[in-house]
Order: sequence, then C-alpha cells, then structure tokens
Amino acid sequence: MSDHSYTPDSKLGKWFNDRLPLLTLSKHLQDYPTPKNLNYWWTFGGILTFCLITQIVTGLILAMHYVAHADMAFESVEHIMRNVNYGWLIRYVHANGASMFFLAVYIHIFRSLYYGSYKSPREVIWIIGMIIYILMMAAAFMGYVLPWGQMSFWGATVITNLFSAIPLVGDSITTWLWGGYAVDNPTLTRFFSLHYLIPFLILGLVILHIWALHVPGNNNPIGIDLKKPSKDTVPFHPYIVIKDLFALLIFLIIFAFFVFYSPNILGHADNYIEANPMVTPAHIVPEWYLLPFYAILRSIPDKLLGVIAMFAAIFVLVILPWLDTSKVRSAVFRPLYKQFYWFLVLDVIVLGYVGAMPAEGIYLLVARVATAYYFAHFLIILPILGKKEKTLEVPISITDPVFGGSSDPSLAKNTNKEI
Amino acid sequence: MSEQKKGKRRDFIFTASYALGAVGVGAAIWPLIDQMNPDASVKALASTEVDVSRIERGQSITVLWRGKPVFIKRRTEEEIEKARQVNLEELPDPEKDEDRAKNPEWLVMLGMCTHLGCVPLGDKGEYGGWFCPCHGSHYDTSGRIRKGPAPTNLEIPKYEFINDNTIKIG
Repeated sequence: MSDHSYTPDSKLGKWFNDRLPLLTLSKHLQDYPTPKNLNYWWTFGGILTFCLITQIVTGLILAMHYVAHADMAFESVEHIMRNVNYGWLIRYVHANGASMFFLAVYIHIFRSLYYGSYKSPREVIWIIGMIIYILMMAAAFMGYVLPWGQMSFWGATVITNLFSAIPLVGDSITTWLWGGYAVDNPTLTRFFSLHYLIPFLILGLVILHIWALHVPGNNNPIGIDLKKPSKDTVPFHPYIVIKDLFALLIFLIIFAFFVFYSPNILGHADNYIEANPMVTPAHIVPEWYLLPFYAILRSIPDKLLGVIAMFAAIFVLVILPWLDTSKVRSAVFRPLYKQFYWFLVLDVIVLGYVGAMPAEGIYLLVARVATAYYFAHFLIILPILGKKEKTLEVPISITDPVFGGSSDPSLAKNTNKEI
Repeated sequence: MSEQKKGKRRDFIFTASYALGAVGVGAAIWPLIDQMNPDASVKALASTEVDVSRIERGQSITVLWRGKPVFIKRRTEEEIEKARQVNLEELPDPEKDEDRAKNPEWLVMLGMCTHLGCVPLGDKGEYGGWFCPCHGSHYDTSGRIRKGPAPTNLEIPKYEFINDNTIKIG
C-alpha cells in the first residue's frame, strides 16, 4: 500500500479523513500502480465483483417473494415467475447469473494457472481465492435446492449423501445435515438460511483477496516483478477502470443473451417438476459448473474413495503454489508447461463432458483416464517440470522486449544493445 | 514462597482458566449445533402402518416412512428361489436371504440406494432385482448389492406383521 501521507484538499475532507481514512483508501485505489501490459484476461476480477453484487441484489429481491417451505417453495417460485412484477427477469438474472459467475471464475482461475499468478509472493491471494471458489460452489448448490424441483431434491440427496461415506460418523452427520431421516423441509429451511449467508462471507473474502493483491501488486503477462510506480505501470484509474468496463460490457452482452434468449438452456427441465421423494429422475446431473468434479466422483467404483478423490481434486488446487516448483511464473517463457497447460484445459473439458453422460461403457473409461491425468498434472508433472524444463530468457522489464532497453537505465538489461 | 513456585502456581491458574473457558464455550455452542438434529416433531413420525392385503405376488408398493421410500415387495417363488440359491461368497456384502426376509414372500426394505440415496427402479438390472439409475448399482431379488458403486445391501428397516394384512414399519 502506498501514499499513506495523502491529505485531502477540502477542510471537511481533511477533518473526516483524520478520523476515518476512507479518502486515503479511495486515493490508493485510484493511483494503485498497475502493470501496463495487462491483457483482457485480467479484466475478470472486475467482472467477478460485478457478478457477486448482481447475485446479492437479485437474491435479496427474490427472498422478498420466495417462501422457504417444502409445501410452498415450488409454488412461490412460479409465483415469482408469473405474478411478481419483473419477477421473471430478476429470477432469470439470478439463475443465469450463477452460471455467468462460474464462467468468469473459471476464466479467472485458468488465467492464474497460465501466468503463474499463484506463485510467491501471491500464495495467500490464491488460497483466499480458492476458499471463495469453494464457498461459491456451496452457495450455488444450496441455491439450486431452493426451487424444490426434482433436480433440487435429488441433487440435494446425492450431495448430502456424500458425507455418509465418512466412516463411523457418516450417518450421524447426514442426519444432522438433513434435520431428519431424508432431505425434507428442515433441510430446505437451513439451506435457505445458509444460501443467504454465504454471499456475504464471499464479499468479506473478496475484500481480503483484493487487500492481499494490493500488497505485492498485480502479476502480469510476462510474470516479472516490477518497480512500482515506474514506466512499466499505469495508475488504476482511469486506465484499468476503462478497460475493465469495456470488458464488462462485452460480458453483459453474453449475459443478456442467456437471460433474454435462452434462460433455461443451462438449467434442467426436470427442475420444473415439483420435488417427489418417491421417484428419482432417470438421469441426475448437477449444474454444468460442477460436472468435472462429478465425473471424478463417479469414475471411482468405491464410495469413500470416490468422495475423497472429489475433495482431493479441489485440495490439489489449494496447495498448487507448492506443487509447481518452477521459478518462472508466466507460461510465455515455459514452452513445455504451456503445452501441459492446454492439455489440462482439455482434460477438464473432457471431465465436464463425461460428467454429463451416463457413467457406463466408454464414458466411464474416459472419465477414469481423465481423472488420472488431472491428478498426474498437479502431483507429478508440475513438480518435475519445474526442475527439468529449459525456460526461455525472462525480460528484465515490460518495456525491455519492446525497446531492447528501458528508458530508465537502471531497469535495462543491456543498455548497449542496438535497436 | 520461592519465585519458581509462584510461576508454577500462575501456570496452573492459566491452564485451569483456559480449560474451564473451553468447556464453557463448548457448552454454549452445543445447542447451536444440536438444533440441526431431527426435532421432536420429526422423531414423532417414527412408525407407519401399511395395509398389504391388495398386493399380488410379484407386485411391489412404495410407501413413505420418515420421509424415506420403503419398498414392500411380495416375491414370486422364482424370485425367492433365485435369492436363496446365491453363493454368499459372490456377494460384496454377504447376507443370507433368510435373514433379510423372515417371511420369504415379503421383502421390506428402504428404497434408498446405499451409494448416494437415489430410489432404485424395480424389476431392472442384471440380477432381476433393482437398479439405481443414478450411478449404476445393481441389486438382486433380495435387495443385495451385486455390482456398482453402492457399498452395502439395501437396508432392512425394523418392521413387523401386526396381523395378516398389516405391516408396521418402525
């Protein structure tokens, strides 16, 4: 954090700032030196903040009309869709907003993987981000239960039953989670309560995430440490603000397409059938953003091991900063890592695809291979690659590759080089 | 009293205070956790009586007990025969059919897959019993797991015939 010595111009501003330095904070956020080579993959932080606020605002409104009771929840959602003024719009924004939130968060995470943003000194930013991601999945899962349709009910049944795999205490834990002997009204009301709470926990963690970011500053596409402020940086406002807003506009066009033209394409038709504890739908699938983990769960024929593998798939991401042993951050200078990176992207997409397919025959085989590769990438390839890979030469500054030397002689690698 | 002894007494007081504090916090938190367990009204619905007089051989009905589906199947001779002839060593969760169905004609069990709780479909699967569509578990005509991810046989609830036509579950 820089410029703690800021003094507001107005007398009132000075009076207030002496008592609560909000204006110092605002000044810091405006001047915050940002690498000038940030590309559009770096705009998703701002987009995600927008998504969180959209979910909180629309959720707050939906909660005014929704009734969290097993006998009334399904009808109250239809009531929102048919009777409440603009209820259809607000609900579709909230439901599709969850998908857009995950779309953005996956791009954000994969950007971090490509440019090595999780590496020292940014491990804490990464871990906070992973906690946010886990909370997002919890919030999304509980939110999907609230309409009390068939997918809500059976999704809740399958996911809560994951905990019954725990030896000895498993059954007591599931009974405790349900508040009964199966998913029922007590489960619905507590999920509603927690679904309301989690976004605010996320909001708090987002503040910590940004705070932790502002200590070392942003990583950048070439993944080098920068002098701040310097010729390699620009102030956050207006440069990054405008770029983020432009990206947000493009993102909103896609968002609006889903909301207005295909609001149900990401959902499941069975969720428009009211929950029925006597009949399981023929084919239970979670929402698309959970499919890769679902594929990992199903690829292992043992109940407990399947559940462990699924949670381990998230946990390897948390400890990633210590699994990747390479000192070079950006994939731009890591020719082999770059290829493995795209393999991993492909692998996750394949897992997502087979997660949506029935768990049998060829799909099961593909899921097993893809699951093995997923873990191999993090636990075998990354630790070895960091030691063996011959990386390219990393420039000493952002301007260096452009001019063959920065205008600041102290930054230049070789000031005598001919341009 | 020596300095050292004073230090020890102080340590003891600290440790005792922390311990008592921890017990107090635990006692205060317990109600906040236990409130999520099944409440009195949920527990009150402990048993259900079912009239089974209209079920023909080979037919099966599903009733709700404590929010869970319960299968009541009146088995055919063939199905009983099939269930009783299985070599126990072939089973992932060995259990005799005689122990599962006291009255061989009637099989009463929870209709919840022991994998992740879906309701299996009747008269399906490779063993002529039940098949769970969620993750592909096959059960035989005694509701025993034969193939797939489910770890155990379909659970038998506590039940009794209170007369020839009525089963009391729970």
